[in-house]
Amino acid sequence: MQGKNIFATRWGIIVVGAIIGILAPLLQKLGNPGNMGICVACFERDIAGAIGMHRAAVVQYMRPEIIGFVLGSMIAAYLFKEYRPRVGSAPIVRFVLGAFAMIGALVFLGCPWRAVLRLAGGDGNAILGLLGLTFGIWIGTLFLKKGYNLGRTQTTHATVGWMLPLIMLGFFILMLIYPQAEGQGQSGVLSYSLKGPGAMHAPLFLSLIVGLGIGFLAQRSRFCTMGAIRDTVLFGQTHLLGGFIALVVVAFVTNLVLGQFNAGFAGQPVAHTMHFWNFAGMTLAGLAFALAGGCPGRQLFLSGEGDGDAAVFVMGMIVGAAFAHNFGLASSPKGVGPHGIAAVVVGLIVCLFIGFTMRRKGV
Amino acid sequence: MAVTVDARGLSCPQPVILTLDEIKKGSDNEIIILVDTDTSKENVTRAAESQGCRINEVTSEGEGYRIAMTKG
Repeated sequence: MQGKNIFATRWGIIVVGAIIGILAPLLQKLGNPGNMGICVACFERDIAGAIGMHRAAVVQYMRPEIIGFVLGSMIAAYLFKEYRPRVGSAPIVRFVLGAFAMIGALVFLGCPWRAVLRLAGGDGNAILGLLGLTFGIWIGTLFLKKGYNLGRTQTTHATVGWMLPLIMLGFFILMLIYPQAEGQGQSGVLSYSLKGPGAMHAPLFLSLIVGLGIGFLAQRSRFCTMGAIRDTVLFGQTHLLGGFIALVVVAFVTNLVLGQFNAGFAGQPVAHTMHFWNFAGMTLAGLAFALAGGCPGRQLFLSGEGDGDAAVFVMGMIVGAAFAHNFGLASSPKGVGPHGIAAVVVGLIVCLFIGFTMRRKGV
Repeated sequence: MAVTVDARGLSCPQPVILTLDEIKKGSDNEIIILVDTDTSKENVTRAAESQGCRINEVTSEGEGYRIAMTKG
């Protein structure tokens, strides 16, 4: 479709950020966990649990929001003739970055989306997470300035771009075949948490519809939380930042209206108060997102518009979540996991190795 | 003679980095940027305009777009 894309204007992205800022706290009101109306990392982790890739009983649920993000983006991409199947830009590196991005996010307990929703809900620990995120992205911009890149994609068959959307559709069908049963932790092949954050969720179809809507809007507006910070640091461009700030401000107001605002550091929902590791976990996540060219939400939206490499990043995140829980890397409200600190150190070394060694040579 | 920068197939934010590099260093006033996604098209034109460049023409070319600009 030719003509101006109104969502790509300054006001377009602000409106999209504001809409997400209303919908995310509403999802929490409707049943999603505290300050977790939407969390791409947490929800992908819950999906990993639902399909049995990890056995952390409190975080197992096939989150329809994630399914909606991918499919909503795909609908928008087809409607506006922006579906472009492409693949082949260092997929295995993106997989590894996805895995470590997830591990870093689970040390903090949230992706950038949840970091701002936690802030908007009054969780002071989010400040450390956001500072760490910004620091990690800043390191990423240094590599970008030195010519770091992942190489070019190739145009490919439409089918390649369909793979992640089809996987998501398959997940949704599994949810219909094996629906949650009252008091049952297992329904056919799917696991469902009986307690903890995984047991807290908005009604299935509402979650799916909100996910589809946000997926659609985010594809049109190119909403990206990492890009918001990166573009500001790297180019002084505040276009994406407008959407990011609108999300924080509107989510804050919505939380006030819904009575979900509760300021403090201790006792915040699904959060811990180990300041340094909140910072360092998100430093790792921020660096990995910056090296991979998008926040976890953006990677889902890109997957919907045919980017097979973004889909590999998503799979990396889901596998990373499995490692995070199987190896004791993920934090809990009590603090970091037994091997979380080691994982952050290893992850930072891996990201630095990737950043230092993948330089532009006649790309 | 315009200089051409091929940013097709590159992830965010590479097309913008290449564009800004060319605007800063290039001796040519006319710059042509090739991109393959709508996102890159929007990002490149937005970044170029913020540097005072004039976008002369955006045309579909193959699987992507050809953006012709003049340095401000």
